[in-house]
Amino acid sequence: MKVHEYQAKEILSQAGVAVPAGGVARTPEEAKQIAEGMGKVVVKAQVHAGGRGKAGGIKSASNSDEAKRAAEAMLGTRLTTFQTGPEGVPVSAVLVEEELKVSRELYVGMVIDGAAGGVVVMASESGGVEIEEVAQATPEKILKVAIDPVLGLQPYQGRRIAYFLGIEPGQVREVTSMMSSLYGVFLENDCSLAEINPLVVTAEGAVLAADAKINVDDDALFRHPEILELHDPEQEDSLEAAAAENGISYVKLDGDVGCMVNGAGLAMATMDVTTFAGTSPANFLDVGGGADEEKVAKALSIILSDPSVRRVLVNIFGGILRCDVVARGVIMAAEAAPASVRPMVVRMLGTNAEEGRQILEASNLEVTLVGDLKQAAESLQGMV
Amino acid sequence: MSILVDERTRLLVQGITGREGSYHAKRCREYGTNLVAGVTPGRGGQEFDQNVPVYDTVDQAVAETGANASLIFVPPAFAADAILESIDAGIHLVAAITEGIPVNDSVKVVRYLRDKETVVIGPNCPGVITPGANCKMGIMPGHIHSPGRIGVVSRSGTLTYEAVGQLTELGIGQSTCVGIGGDPVSGTSFVDVLRMFNDDPETDAVVMIGEIGGTREQEAAEYISSDFTKPIASLIVGRSAPPGRRMGHAGAIITGKAATAHEKIRALEAAGAVIIPSPADIGVTMKKVVAG
Repeated sequence: MKVHEYQAKEILSQAGVAVPAGGVARTPEEAKQIAEGMGKVVVKAQVHAGGRGKAGGIKSASNSDEAKRAAEAMLGTRLTTFQTGPEGVPVSAVLVEEELKVSRELYVGMVIDGAAGGVVVMASESGGVEIEEVAQATPEKILKVAIDPVLGLQPYQGRRIAYFLGIEPGQVREVTSMMSSLYGVFLENDCSLAEINPLVVTAEGAVLAADAKINVDDDALFRHPEILELHDPEQEDSLEAAAAENGISYVKLDGDVGCMVNGAGLAMATMDVTTFAGTSPANFLDVGGGADEEKVAKALSIILSDPSVRRVLVNIFGGILRCDVVARGVIMAAEAAPASVRPMVVRMLGTNAEEGRQILEASNLEVTLVGDLKQAAESLQGMV
Repeated sequence: MSILVDERTRLLVQGITGREGSYHAKRCREYGTNLVAGVTPGRGGQEFDQNVPVYDTVDQAVAETGANASLIFVPPAFAADAILESIDAGIHLVAAITEGIPVNDSVKVVRYLRDKETVVIGPNCPGVITPGANCKMGIMPGHIHSPGRIGVVSRSGTLTYEAVGQLTELGIGQSTCVGIGGDPVSGTSFVDVLRMFNDDPETDAVVMIGEIGGTREQEAAEYISSDFTKPIASLIVGRSAPPGRRMGHAGAIITGKAATAHEKIRALEAAGAVIIPSPADIGVTMKKVVAG
C-alpha cells in the first residue's frame, strides 16, 4: 500500500528524521495560512505517483498569496505523470513547505531484497532522480548495504553510508542516526520500500528529507490499523479498487483482450499468450484458488466494465477451483448484464473441465471453446 | 531417488483440522503419500481421516510418529511461527502453502534457517511431488503428473500444472516437481533446487519456470553456466507486464531493469538454457531437449 508524501514525512518525523517545516492543505485558503510568514515555499500535489515536478505538480511560491494561487491551480484537478495512466490521479491535498536552500541532493532508500533475504540499503550521491536511472547509467555510484535481520542496522553501516555520500564530518553522526531511524520506520511499519529522495544538504549544512516515499507490505496490513487509516482509494483505479474489495487480484492494462485466469503465474502466461498472438491484454486477473460462482461472476463483470475490452480470454486450470463453477459464474455475470458481454475464448483443463465446457456450450453465449494455449492464441487472432 | 520427497517421506500437516488443511491432507493421502500426523494446537488427541493422530505441537508429533516432512496450511499471521516450530522440531523438509505471510516474517524465518539442516519450500507455493514414488506433498492435482525423468521447478502454482500437463500429454514424465513460491523472500531458490536436480541420478533434464521480479533467475543463470551439467529449458512469464505493478504474486513486480522478463531471458540464454518461446510451447520445447 502506498501512502502520501506528507504522511510518509509525518511517520519519518516522529521517528526523528528532520523534514522541512510545513503542513498539508485541502483548500487554497489553508495553503495560504500555512505559507503565512514562511517566506518562500513550495506547493506539492499529494498523489501516489512520481514525476510530479515535470507534470506541474510542484510549484514555487514567494509569498502566501502565490502559495494560495498555486494550490488553487492544483486542488480538484487530475495530475498526469509518466507513472499514471492518461486519465491521471486526483489532487485532493497539497503539501506546503519551506523552500530549502539546496546545496546537495542525495539518495537513501531501503527495500526487501530476495537474494539478500532481507533489507538492503541503497545510497547514492545522485539524488533527485529515479534511482533506477542511476542504477542503469552509473551502477558504481550506488552503495548497497545488506542488513542482518538479527543485528539490525549497525552504526558502522550508517557511517559507511554517510562517508560514501560525502557527508561533512560535522554531520556524519546525524546522518548515521538518520539511517537508524529510517530502518526503525521500515521494520515497525512492515515497509516494502522506504525512500528519501532527495535527502537534501542545505547551504546552512542541515540534512533533511525533502521528499519521502513509504510503501507498506500489503500482507502485513492486518497488524497495522494505523497505516490502513492512511489508505486513499481515490488514488487507485476504480476497477482495481472494486476487485481488491472482492479479494480478486486485478491490474488494469492498456490492451483490449480481457483475461480471466486462476493463479498469478498462469495469468501472466496468459497475458503473454495474447501478446504473442499479436493482440494485447486489457488486464491481469487472478480469480484465486478458492473462488465460488459469485466471485467468478464478479471477476468477469469487472473485466466487462472496462470499455476498452473487445474480447475475453478465459483460461482455467481446474484444481481446487472447479471448471463447472467457473462456467456457472461466467453465465451468472452474462445474465446479470447481457449488454456488456463480449465474444469469449474459453480454455478449461483439470477438475470438471468437461462439465464446464458442456455448461458453456449449452448456453447461448458467444463462446469459442479451445483445448490448449496455442488454439487460444489462434482464436484470438481470428477475432480481430 | 528423485529429490526432496519419496517413499521415505513421513508427512505431517500443520493446520490439518482447517478447511484447506483437511481437504489437501486427504488428497495427499489418496495419492499415496504416507500421512503420519496432523498438528493443530488445542486439537491434540483427535483423529483425522480415521487413524491419523492429531497433536498439539510438532515436537509431540515427531516424537510419536517419526514425521520428517511438514506441509503448512496455517493462516498468514501465524504461519512463520508454524514454520519455525517445524524447523526446531528437526523436520527435514517444510513446504509452506500459506499465501500472504508478511515479508518481514519470512525474512526472520530465512535468517533462522541459515545454519539449520531443514529445507523450507515456499511460502506461497504449491509444494513438491514425486510421481514415481506416489508422494505428493502439496496442493497440485496429482492426476496430471506421470513418473519420469524430467525435473520441474517453478515460482508459480497453476502455471506449473500447465507445464506438467503439457509434458504428460506428450509422454514426458517427471522425476520431481517443485514449486518454490511467488513471494519475494523464500526458503529455497532456483539454485538450491537446480543443485539437487544436478545431483539426482533419476533426473535427466529440467524445466525451469520463472517470472518477473527479483533476480533469482539471474542467480540460476550463473549457476547453470558454471556447474549445472544437465539440459535445461526455461520459460519466463510476464513479458507483457508493466513496471511497478504487482502481478498477483508478492514477488512479481518489475522494480528495475534486472527484474524484467527480457533481462532474465537474456541471462538464461547466455548461460546455455533453451528458452521456451511461449507458454504454449513448454511440452514441445522439452520434447526437443529430451531428444537431444
